[in-house]
Amino acid sequence: MKTENQKAWFFVLPVLLLVAFNALIPMMTVVNYSVQETFGDNVFFWQGLDWFQQILRSDRFHAALGRQFMFTFLILIIEIPLGIAIALSMPRKGFWVPVCLVLMALPMLIPWNVVGAMWNIFTLPDIGLLGYFLNHTLGINYDMTQDPVAAWITIVTMDVWHWTSLVVLLSYAGLVSIPDAYYQAAKIDGASNWAVFRFIQLPKMKTVLTIAILLRFMDSFNIYTEPFVLTGGGPGNSTTLLSIDLVKIALGQFDLGPAAAMSLIYFAITLLVSWLFYTVMTKDDQN
Amino acid sequence: MAKITLSKLRHSYMPNPSSASDYALKEIDLDWTDGGAYALLGPSGCGKSTLLNIISGLLVPSEGQILFDGKDVTKLPPDQRNIAQVFQFPVIYDTMTVYDNLAFPLRNRGRDEATVKERVMAIAEMLEVTDLLDTRAAGLSPDNKQKISMGRGLVREDVNVVMFDEPLTVIDPHLKWKLRSKLKELHQRVKATMIYVTHDQTEALTFADQVVVMQLGEVVQIGTPVELFERPAHTFVGHFIGSPGMNVLPCELRAGQPYIGSHPIALEGPIKGDAAGKTEVGIRPEFVSLADSGLPATVTKVSDVGRHTVVECEAEGHRINAVVEGAGPNKGDTVHLAFRQDQTRLYVDGWIATEAAESAAQSQSAEEAR
Repeated sequence: MKTENQKAWFFVLPVLLLVAFNALIPMMTVVNYSVQETFGDNVFFWQGLDWFQQILRSDRFHAALGRQFMFTFLILIIEIPLGIAIALSMPRKGFWVPVCLVLMALPMLIPWNVVGAMWNIFTLPDIGLLGYFLNHTLGINYDMTQDPVAAWITIVTMDVWHWTSLVVLLSYAGLVSIPDAYYQAAKIDGASNWAVFRFIQLPKMKTVLTIAILLRFMDSFNIYTEPFVLTGGGPGNSTTLLSIDLVKIALGQFDLGPAAAMSLIYFAITLLVSWLFYTVMTKDDQN
Repeated sequence: MAKITLSKLRHSYMPNPSSASDYALKEIDLDWTDGGAYALLGPSGCGKSTLLNIISGLLVPSEGQILFDGKDVTKLPPDQRNIAQVFQFPVIYDTMTVYDNLAFPLRNRGRDEATVKERVMAIAEMLEVTDLLDTRAAGLSPDNKQKISMGRGLVREDVNVVMFDEPLTVIDPHLKWKLRSKLKELHQRVKATMIYVTHDQTEALTFADQVVVMQLGEVVQIGTPVELFERPAHTFVGHFIGSPGMNVLPCELRAGQPYIGSHPIALEGPIKGDAAGKTEVGIRPEFVSLADSGLPATVTKVSDVGRHTVVECEAEGHRINAVVEGAGPNKGDTVHLAFRQDQTRLYVDGWIATEAAESAAQSQSAEEAR
């Protein structure tokens, strides 16, 4: 006989409370703001879905969203192949394994705002090591504070520098889990290096790569600190990504209603893309 | 298909091997005739997988040569040796269908699709996987996966040798038997040289025409299953093959006559050489019988294993097993053990040191051993 009681709720309670206080309640506050208007003094007026309509129709939002997708697309298209390539060329055994792993992990250990500050100073045309070298030694006009293209190259390079390691470490973990017999069998079957990659390494890395892409998508789509410290969204609005724009509206202009509506839309897009991607990638495994 | 010759082969995993114990393989000279079914039998770590990897070319030996039909292939990579290997864990290409898996070795060698199709269909039929050809290989059961990896080995018509590295380890017991007989059948159909590595004596003895027994990096005996059972050349073979294994009893030689305690033992034939070293008498439990006179012993354990009874006795401080038909004695009984003379051998330092009894007696006992 199974005895039924309600004791289990007590065990879930701490998690429930934790999630409530750090996610559900703040989130519901945002939902609350998104349908109201305030002029301060804690006085609110019902606004319905007006803010959502306004945001979805605004050119400013479309532009920021476009830049956001552009940024995420660029860093994924660079970081994923580069990460796989580095993982493939790392040694599988011996003295150099820990050395490579530590070197790879280093960039990820640096706080985000420090990374932004580092790259800011590094690329400044007159005092930065790279900036000075490019402008004064090579004579290339490179100024990320003036030129949107230079600003974009800098934020993308910075993200690649900071986060390719994550893809490398995940791919490497996938690679080392492949038993030697697979490589031996492929040798005997006369498979080319490309065939080994295509039919053994890539399929075995699929799960970890799915996770790597998902993590990189979410992180880069929500990125704020690094580009804010580096370019502050400029020059002009050229590197104003969604999150930077959001903070400008919420804290700069103190438009809590539109900012709340925008963050909910933002959240929905992140969730939708992640869900779509994950569903498509894992569809094969289920049948 | 080819004759494979291993000549003065030695291998060490260390960069500068100095003593004999540094070698995983110690000096091996072997000939594998074309079309034979061989088993490489030995306990874990005896060097059998090392030897297999050297033949397949995954490993280059420290010393010595491998010849295929007299041609030196020691330095050739696996894909140029025309060999096939089936591994302990089934290796299949997850993302491909069964058909593509079987076609892979042929396509890599640039065969045209018509030939590929013909070979794949033939192999699929042999392995009874024709109805699985269009399914994705990832979802197959372990035994079917292992069949596919065997199939990839057999699909090329010109393979010199097919090697099996403990291929039934991950297969369920009731399917093991089926796959084993399938293998035997395949060998008769494709007539390729096959080498089967295992630590399981049943697998080795049922599959092979010739069994190569290895221990500590050395080949201790090569022979047919009957030969290995009848006249183990080394006490290790005696122990390792048979269940229970051969009785190996330390003895003392007095004027050319071995004694266990004060009891003289009659041997199958005259002793070879001067017999200096550790001397032991070896006799299979099947040839020890309970008699009215003989070596006195105390029964310590009686186990009925179905077809016969294994009686475990103690005599002069040594454990001796006897296999008897029907009901055995009771535990604690005092019995006398008789050794069949033509099956009693002397071992010096582990190696056989008696000359064989007449061949007539041997073939007769071979019949009885079955």
